[in-house]
Amino acid sequence: MDKSYVRGVTRRHFMAGVAGAGALAALSPASRALAGQLGGTGVLGLAEIPDGTLAEAVMYALPGKAPLIKKTYRPPNFETPIEYFRTPITPNKAFFVRYHLAGVPQPIKAAGWSLAVGGDAAGGEAKFTLAQLKKDFKLVELTAVCQCSGNRRGLFEPHVPGVEWGVGAMGNAVWRGVRLKDVLSKVGVKAGALEVIFNGADTPPLEKTPDFVKSLPVDVAMSEDVLIAFDMNGQPLPHWNGFPARLIVPGWTGTYWIKQLASVRVSTTPEKNFWMSTAYRLPRGKFNTPTFSSQLYSPNEPITTMVVNSLVTSLRNGERIQRGKPIEVRGLAWDRGNGIAKVEVSTDAGAHWAAAKLGKDLGRYSFREFALSVPTREDGGRVVMARATSKSGETQVEQLIHNPAGYHHNVIQRIYVEVV
Amino acid sequence: MRIVIAVIAAALAGSAASQESKVRLADGPGKDKAMQCGSCHSLDYIPMNSRFLDKAGWTATTNKMINVFGAPIQKSDVDAIADYLAQHYGKPGAK
Repeated sequence: MDKSYVRGVTRRHFMAGVAGAGALAALSPASRALAGQLGGTGVLGLAEIPDGTLAEAVMYALPGKAPLIKKTYRPPNFETPIEYFRTPITPNKAFFVRYHLAGVPQPIKAAGWSLAVGGDAAGGEAKFTLAQLKKDFKLVELTAVCQCSGNRRGLFEPHVPGVEWGVGAMGNAVWRGVRLKDVLSKVGVKAGALEVIFNGADTPPLEKTPDFVKSLPVDVAMSEDVLIAFDMNGQPLPHWNGFPARLIVPGWTGTYWIKQLASVRVSTTPEKNFWMSTAYRLPRGKFNTPTFSSQLYSPNEPITTMVVNSLVTSLRNGERIQRGKPIEVRGLAWDRGNGIAKVEVSTDAGAHWAAAKLGKDLGRYSFREFALSVPTREDGGRVVMARATSKSGETQVEQLIHNPAGYHHNVIQRIYVEVV
Repeated sequence: MRIVIAVIAAALAGSAASQESKVRLADGPGKDKAMQCGSCHSLDYIPMNSRFLDKAGWTATTNKMINVFGAPIQKSDVDAIADYLAQHYGKPGAK
């Protein structure tokens, strides 16, 4: 990737942006109001995302993608609308898009791509083309949720700055690729290996901007389930989701799932760039998630795995249901890979809970469907809640665990419906 | 210059980058300085993050952009930018 080219484009984008702002009329109030409904979370029985976020949202289709909820254009951050979560697999065209740096790579030709593997704790330096990866290593397929660490950040009260995601900075796909551990083993991993460091082809807009580089503990990188994937739901990865190859770290938040993977380095020392040492960090001890022991050199710690969560997709806040017809509570549940043990549903604001029926088990890292039909015999308002519990006994929280960067929102929904 | 801009705009038509020119910040003192934010990211980052930060919050954000991300903004402009952002995209009632 020619970095100077990317920087040049970025500067021209800026010029076009400045020039166009005056030339184009602002959206009419009516279209603003309509746009204001996009990606709202109050309708899901959750806290509402900021007013400014709602007003700024529009539906927009990036090349090759379906119209998604635009959060920001540059770098592109686009959220998946809720209707795509009514099935357990998220279609490629609707899968959310998240980049940190404006230097998003131009579409890469598969034939021209190669992955560089090395580092001071690697047995040597090697390059692998896509064809070599496919030919020389065992192909593996697994279904896993990719969820942005900051999914639902917009729901934080008080609000915290960042990309103000609603519920759709996540998706579930069948990923096909090769095991990272097989590739690393071929090159060799030395005894002193501490972390494995990943860089993608995206580039900073300025020399001074820290490049987006992430690392994993070596034992995680060498686990069975971490893949270098090139296919998603039976198709090559979309450009916006990492074509030609991306890292799959099942159970871990999306920040580690490096797109357009360019280099993998096995290191004897911790990676301390901004994106590891400062960003994507949590106050220590607030969440029951695994620690990242080589990154504990400050009062906080890196985010690691996802917390158990669920999303009701069948009901809207304020919905009216005819008496005698059941309240159909359906949705998805997921966790960090222990698997979903149960999803319980309440229709009386949490006084009583009943177990929902779980859908087909697509693997421990996958979305799991749930459904419960609750009869209605009397008129009146009902508060519907759904609460997922993992096989390790972790469950969703009643109250938000606030943290400065807005991660790990897994507060139980409270959807008000009226039986009439 | 106008021709150059028109050519660039045409080249970008249909892309997300051309869409971002539809993002329009509120008019007011300091807007020209706040437009510098567009050198690294689309300006929709600003309204997206509204209205919940007070001036101290917008000052911290602007300083982060300079100190961490290397934004090419003069330190002497920070106060005017934070004033503008607090005025138009800040927490209502906070100063």
